[in-house]
Amino acid sequence: MMRLPPFEYHAPASAAEAVAVKAAAAPGAMYVAGGTDLYPNMKRRHQEPEALISLHRVAELRGIEEGADGGLSIGATTSLTEVRGHPRIRASYPALAEACRLISTPILQNMGTLGGNLLLDTRCNYYDQNYDWRKSIEFCMKKDGAICWVAPSSPRCWAVQSADSVPLLVAMGAEVDLLGPGGERRVPVFALYRDDGIVYLAKQRDELLTRVHLPAPNGWRATYRKVRRRGAFDFPVLGVGAWARFSPDGIVEDARVVLGGIGSAPEVVAGAAEALIGGSLDDASIQAAAQAAWKTGRPLDNTDFTISWRKEMIRPTVARALGDLRDSR
Amino acid sequence: MQPGLVQLTLTVNGERRAVTAPLHHTLLEVLREELGLTGTKHGCELGECGTCTVLVDGRPVLSCLEIPAALEGREITTIEGMESAAGLHPLQQAFAELGAAQCGYCTPGFLLAGKALIDEKPAPNRAEIVEALGGNLCRCTGYLKIYEAVELAAARMRGGRVEATPEALYGGA
Ligand SMILES: Cc1cc2nc3c(=O)[nH]c(=O)nc-3n(C[C@H](O)[C@H](O)[C@H](O)COP(=O)(O)OP(=O)(O)OC[C@H]3O[C@@H](n4cnc5c(N)ncnc54)[C@H](O)[C@@H]3O)c2cc1C
Ligand code: SF4
Ligand code: FES
Ligand code: FES
Repeated sequence: MMRLPPFEYHAPASAAEAVAVKAAAAPGAMYVAGGTDLYPNMKRRHQEPEALISLHRVAELRGIEEGADGGLSIGATTSLTEVRGHPRIRASYPALAEACRLISTPILQNMGTLGGNLLLDTRCNYYDQNYDWRKSIEFCMKKDGAICWVAPSSPRCWAVQSADSVPLLVAMGAEVDLLGPGGERRVPVFALYRDDGIVYLAKQRDELLTRVHLPAPNGWRATYRKVRRRGAFDFPVLGVGAWARFSPDGIVEDARVVLGGIGSAPEVVAGAAEALIGGSLDDASIQAAAQAAWKTGRPLDNTDFTISWRKEMIRPTVARALGDLRDSR
Repeated sequence: MQPGLVQLTLTVNGERRAVTAPLHHTLLEVLREELGLTGTKHGCELGECGTCTVLVDGRPVLSCLEIPAALEGREITTIEGMESAAGLHPLQQAFAELGAAQCGYCTPGFLLAGKALIDEKPAPNRAEIVEALGGNLCRCTGYLKIYEAVELAAARMRGGRVEATPEALYGGA
């Protein structure tokens, strides 16, 4: 039986109160939204917070609203089920509905939130194991140990950014609001991440993610493609978010291709944008972009499937994602 | 609130139940250990199997990843609450008729997830059933009988006396 470790429990009623409680709590205290990432991790003793600040009573963090600039603003604790089913998201941001559909399972989507997905812990085959398993091979440096089992001579951890919404939201240029003890700031989703498996977030410790802002849906298209073993449950071993903005005559004015499921942070493929901008998304530019992504992505042996197969999947998956953008034109 | 015991009032299968339990115990643990409701099964404990599924306000959730203190005032339905005074729920009846349960360990979770689907979509097609039950694993049945049972129960709940087809009962011709 894997019980949760004991914790103090707070259930504040507002975002400001949540931040105040968090700032006053022990340094290891954590926010919890759906708990679908945190509770399994706590059972495996990845995280052992002295206190939990649950967001379930904070109504202002839930729900979807029109943004001032013609975009959409999604509360951080809006469930994935609500996001994927929302009429405005289905109509104007179908790629986000699709990315949420591909997360975990429909039951977990009733519990898991969009904010929790953005802040998902990084993953690794040597880490996502119970305490006794990790102890039996000697703990790794992400929790309780000193070595990396994936790259034993490495000074850093290479655990993998595995949240399905992230490559898409980075590609779309979405932004988030972070509320801290010193006030609120807005940052691009991309700026939330650090290329380190342990300290994977650039967010300050007590900052609460309050809202996700989607840009107004005009002149661009986006898509998300995921590779995994089963059609449900499994995290991505590769996630491709692709976005392009078109001129009225169909020329790509700007583009972003973002890889997830490979490095510790989402990876923006600069070479892919170069290959696409100024062209008309023809086969040759799609192949060149896919080749650039293949060069950029360097998976390590710490998820499902072999590294060589995962690397090989980058080219066709990026090409299919860019094909989606062309076909939906 | 300090670590340790908490007193909670949970609404389970329509009854208000006062319960004292360790704060850090999950809904699954409290249902089974404090409330004696052992119909909810204890599987992976990590969200990876679905056998611990219960309904909260009619929606399926995983009781192994819920903290009861967050559920006061919500309607919790476990498998013990699926049967009514009128007898078995039509989905339970269909599972029995079609042999959709073999070892039975996954069955409470499938029944509740299936009930939630039919309540939301009275005429689900096969693809919708497969997707809605995608968070429940079964190692015995191969899933087909389960899908057919959902179809049969949904048809009966829409009205009319529908019998299981021979193909569903005995396999294809
Ligand atoms: C079996 C299984 C399969 C899964 N498959 C997938 C998958 O395929 N793809 C995928 O992307 N995910 C998957 N997940 C992970 C998870 O369910 C989702 O990522 C979910 O969206 C996480 O949201 P949550 O609200 O449950 O997060 P929580 O567990 O509540 O929180 C996650 C982290 O974010 C922090 N946090 C949460 N909300 C806030 C906030 N508003 N402000 C500041 N910090 C916050 C928490 O402290 C914690 O560190 C899976 C999980 C399970 C158990
Ligand atoms: S990448 Fe290395 S240090 Fe990081 S979790 Fe895996 S084994 Fe541990
Ligand atoms: S026991 Fe809850 S999902 Fe397996
Ligand atoms: S009937 Fe045995 S696991 Fe489903």
